[in-house]
Amino acid sequence: MWSAIKRLYHQLGSPKWFYELTSRWSPWFLWIGSTMMLVGIVWGLAFAPADYLQGNSFRIIYIHVPSALLSQSAYIMMAAAGLVGLVWKMKMSFVVGKTIAPIGASLAIIALVTGAVWGKPTWGTWWVWDARLTSMLILLFLYMGVIAIYNAIESEEMANKAAAILSVVGTINIPIIKYSVEWWNTLHQPATITLTKKPTMAPEMFIPLMLTIIGFYCWFAVWVIARTKNEILWRERRTKWVKSLLSTGENQ
Amino acid sequence: MFFDSFSEFIRMGGHGPFVWISYGIATLIVAHNFISPMMTRKKVIKDIQRQQRREQK
Repeated sequence: MWSAIKRLYHQLGSPKWFYELTSRWSPWFLWIGSTMMLVGIVWGLAFAPADYLQGNSFRIIYIHVPSALLSQSAYIMMAAAGLVGLVWKMKMSFVVGKTIAPIGASLAIIALVTGAVWGKPTWGTWWVWDARLTSMLILLFLYMGVIAIYNAIESEEMANKAAAILSVVGTINIPIIKYSVEWWNTLHQPATITLTKKPTMAPEMFIPLMLTIIGFYCWFAVWVIARTKNEILWRERRTKWVKSLLSTGENQ
Repeated sequence: MFFDSFSEFIRMGGHGPFVWISYGIATLIVAHNFISPMMTRKKVIKDIQRQQRREQK
């Protein structure tokens, strides 16, 4: 088991291997994710019963919770990738961290916007400066900081290091987001799903939510793979394998 | 289906605008996440091939 993990780590550390391995994984993530999303969204929008307090506005949950959850998981992945790059000088790890940043930012935007639109009929306001909302906004700013570092710093080595350090330090924001609804008085409702307790939602509301969460994670994998492959192609453009890949013509 | 008619489904008991705006914005951003790397890929491949042709001369 351990040796298999170690082998995978070394394979993924090689750009060529990463490219070929993830190219094979990507269609699976795409089709499983798309199926889950389709079923989950149709179920959640048209078949799940309305919430007894919030009415039909609660249906926003099927995009709000998955995107909010994933934007935080993505941040942890970005920071972990940065840490691996800093400690073991693994180039591919920096590349993955770099490609996660814009995707994570887009997910944070989805979570913030759908949250604001959901807040209007539920709380009577689009925005309040409370702990949960503010810490999610900071998450978006952290992502934008990483993107800005890559845009601003010419030297790749410097940019990698600076982005990785910002990612790692910014991880402090993740537990703040998570516990903000417990530590402070906030308009935001407490966590919908927890790993330790049974779901408080009815199954016909809860199952579609699980489906859209899995769907979003699968799509995230597709997006990271696609962006990372682009980075690899450009970095490896002078290698034999990229040249032969492009000359066959089938990969265009 | 939970709703009695299609127009009820669109109206969502008065919450329709909120629900559909949320789903609309999410769809746009998700579509961007799929399309943007595809466009980049085309550009990267074109750039590499142009560079290779130049070097062959």
